[in-house]
Amino acid sequence: MRKLALLVNPIAGMGGRVGLKGTDGPEALEKARELGAKPIAPDRAVEALKILKEEARDLEVITYPSEMGEEETQEAGFNPQILGEIKPGETTAEDTKSAARDFLDQNIDLFLFAGGDGTARDIVSVINTEIPILGVPTGVKMHSAVFANTPEDAGKLAARFLSEGLPLREAEVMDVNEEAFRQDELDTELMGFAQTPYESKLIQAGKLPTAPTGYEKADQESIAQFIVGSMEDNRLYIIGPGTTTRAIKEELGIEDPTLLGVDLIKDRGLLVKDAREEQILQEAEDTPATIIVSPIGKQGFILGRGNQQISPKVIRKIGKDNIIIIATPTKLESTPKLKVDTGDPELDEEFQGHIPVIVGFGLRRTLPVT
Amino acid sequence: MTGYQQARWIDEDKLEPLIFEKSQEGEAGSSPYPEPIEEPDLPKELLREKLSLPELSESEVVRHFTRLTQMNYGIDSGIYPLGSCTMKYNPKISEDLAALEEASCLHPSQPEGTVQGALEIMYRLEEFLAEISGMDRVSLQPAAGAQGEFLAMLITRAYFESRGEERSEVIVPDSAHGTNPASAVMAGFSVTVVPSNERGRVDLDAFKDSISSDTAAIMLTNPNTLGLFEDQIVELVKAAHDVGALLFYDGANLNGILGKTRPGDMGFDMVHFNLHKTFGTPHGGGGPGAGPVGVKKELEKFLPTPLVGYDEENDFYYLDHARPDSIGKIQSFHGNFGVLLKAYAYILLLGASGLVEATEAAVLNANFIQQKLLKTNGYELKYDSDSPCKHETVFSAEPLKKEFGVTAKDVAKRLLDHGVHAPTYYFPPIVPESLMIEPTETESKEELDRFINALKSISEEASSNPEKVLSAPTRTAIGRLDEVKASREPILTWKMYSRKRE
Repeated sequence: MRKLALLVNPIAGMGGRVGLKGTDGPEALEKARELGAKPIAPDRAVEALKILKEEARDLEVITYPSEMGEEETQEAGFNPQILGEIKPGETTAEDTKSAARDFLDQNIDLFLFAGGDGTARDIVSVINTEIPILGVPTGVKMHSAVFANTPEDAGKLAARFLSEGLPLREAEVMDVNEEAFRQDELDTELMGFAQTPYESKLIQAGKLPTAPTGYEKADQESIAQFIVGSMEDNRLYIIGPGTTTRAIKEELGIEDPTLLGVDLIKDRGLLVKDAREEQILQEAEDTPATIIVSPIGKQGFILGRGNQQISPKVIRKIGKDNIIIIATPTKLESTPKLKVDTGDPELDEEFQGHIPVIVGFGLRRTLPVT
Repeated sequence: MTGYQQARWIDEDKLEPLIFEKSQEGEAGSSPYPEPIEEPDLPKELLREKLSLPELSESEVVRHFTRLTQMNYGIDSGIYPLGSCTMKYNPKISEDLAALEEASCLHPSQPEGTVQGALEIMYRLEEFLAEISGMDRVSLQPAAGAQGEFLAMLITRAYFESRGEERSEVIVPDSAHGTNPASAVMAGFSVTVVPSNERGRVDLDAFKDSISSDTAAIMLTNPNTLGLFEDQIVELVKAAHDVGALLFYDGANLNGILGKTRPGDMGFDMVHFNLHKTFGTPHGGGGPGAGPVGVKKELEKFLPTPLVGYDEENDFYYLDHARPDSIGKIQSFHGNFGVLLKAYAYILLLGASGLVEATEAAVLNANFIQQKLLKTNGYELKYDSDSPCKHETVFSAEPLKKEFGVTAKDVAKRLLDHGVHAPTYYFPPIVPESLMIEPTETESKEELDRFINALKSISEEASSNPEKVLSAPTRTAIGRLDEVKASREPILTWKMYSRKRE
């Protein structure tokens, strides 16, 4: 029997309709309530769960008390096992994290949650890529690639994953600095990575392994082998964040590289871990260099989001022709277009057109940059 | 609908057992062969104590395999609209000819003087194929389509090496045949896949942005796998030649152009043919096939060795090995002669005008289906639905999926219940829920109607009784397979099966 963990962040999304751009932190939540915001996550969770109940047979469900899942699962017709304790009406990010901790050793097949970027961030901070997660979109900010498009889609996707098996892929968990967001500045940060199921348009469902070591991993390895095979001596490689790029470092046998930052590699060894902009500029001063980055899933940003260390100054110094983009075919499926947002409109303009993306060993795809 | 019920031979609640399971110790047919040597003079390590072979009488063997064929479906059973595969009827006379002792008992090392007829057939077939494709010379050696593609890539490499140029990249559109990228990578190139535009043709801007002086070759299929003619072919060819690249035409399927246009006239430098598709020889189950490659004059010297030569003065056909620039051999001996012979017979049977008619009928049949299905709920064309297709058309069952949860796969499975082979599905990947339909020229209007009506009734069923579609097929010997289980725990041999059972 398959086992589902379900968690609802009941306050996620409350800030949206009252123009607050999120409910991170108690003050924002209080303000949202003052403005008359009503919870929306529970209803959306129920919507997804009802579809799941209909389509997936023999499902064991564990969840958290009252509005964090108990009520929603029961309304959808499940008979869940309840873990943990909360104070109804006063849930916080800590409750999300403790739920994630409680679910961690329960042999979960899928962790379904209703929330936004903040919820995803809290969950992933505990479980990393241990358990596949899937988000029912309810938040205001949803820059992470772990969300289904609608609650209905989330229910369907979860059902297919649990009954037939679907492939998993790496998904970026992003979060926005809410304070800046309220000032109309978009300052997205890469918070981590999750494994998330997806329905491939390319390959008929059910033919793929469900383990995180599926095609995604194999594709990452073949990209890494191709990159490493073409690395030159005495050249600086500026490697952006992500698991696709991390595979290169693994291929080189570099221990403990950064996942969220930028590493500098030279002569097949780690030169600077988690480099800042000025360190990059310093190392690239007299050495020819190549930038290797992977787009943010779904959104398609290759530069300027999650890798701000690779600044306009760095990019101009290295040159557009020395930027290598890598991505697995599964990632590109939901990322048909690439985007550049370096903060320097003139530089962004130079990237318009088509750019090759390495998608396998000796295999590239030409993608539009818009 | 026309009634259909596939045979289902059952023995003790089980489908026709495997031949190993039917085996009974001591059973045997009569053997015309001498008794084996009691103690063969071989090293001990090479000898097996026991050989696990099934033991059955002759009649049991014949019945077993007859039952299996009755639980099977092939082009001789009915329509087989497997897009991109060109499953056309294979004339039986070609089979008879290839079975003649004069053809089937040849030895490839026989002296040339004793195989003049066979060499003449190969020589003439080369000429036919060169004429059909607008090329100057053809090698019959490759034994499969993908091997033909691979050969073209080896020729590309040899061409640039001879010019002292280093080029590392091959361009392939995303609507190309699935094997193209692999063939290029096998030959040492890296591959860049270029996207299609909203009309289902190569995106010319992306194409021009992708090619450079590092581009060795472009691999194109025209009409492409959507069944659409690349109407910007002249611009594409010019752009490619401007950067000095070679153009390879994937001619796996020429059924849409025979006698109408030629890759050579479009400006291509190389082409390969799948004789087992366009030229009516059997295929499926892994061969044997034949994938000859034709080239323009300047590439001729790189073709594999030997080619078949003809000494006009002495009226003598010979194998020409004296070709110093050749890339060498790509297949043992001279390719699959039996397949070559069947294709030769096919071309002679139809003649030049017959080949043109075959293409016209194939294109007409595909368009007949396209027009009928365009008026059917549940199926839609994703690209250029206003223009006619060539020999195949790719529909999307996405409306059925969105509305009723019935996927292209479910449609394909339900078609089997109608006694119709399913189209290719989930290919090409640029069409979601794709059903790639290629009826070929050998289907009658009645058979096409039967196919269209089956698709119509499935679409109706999807709304009235989706469960029926989702649980199909029920009229076949075997129902829906557990594909997840099959891919997780594959049982491919009797040995694996026995181990699993223990």
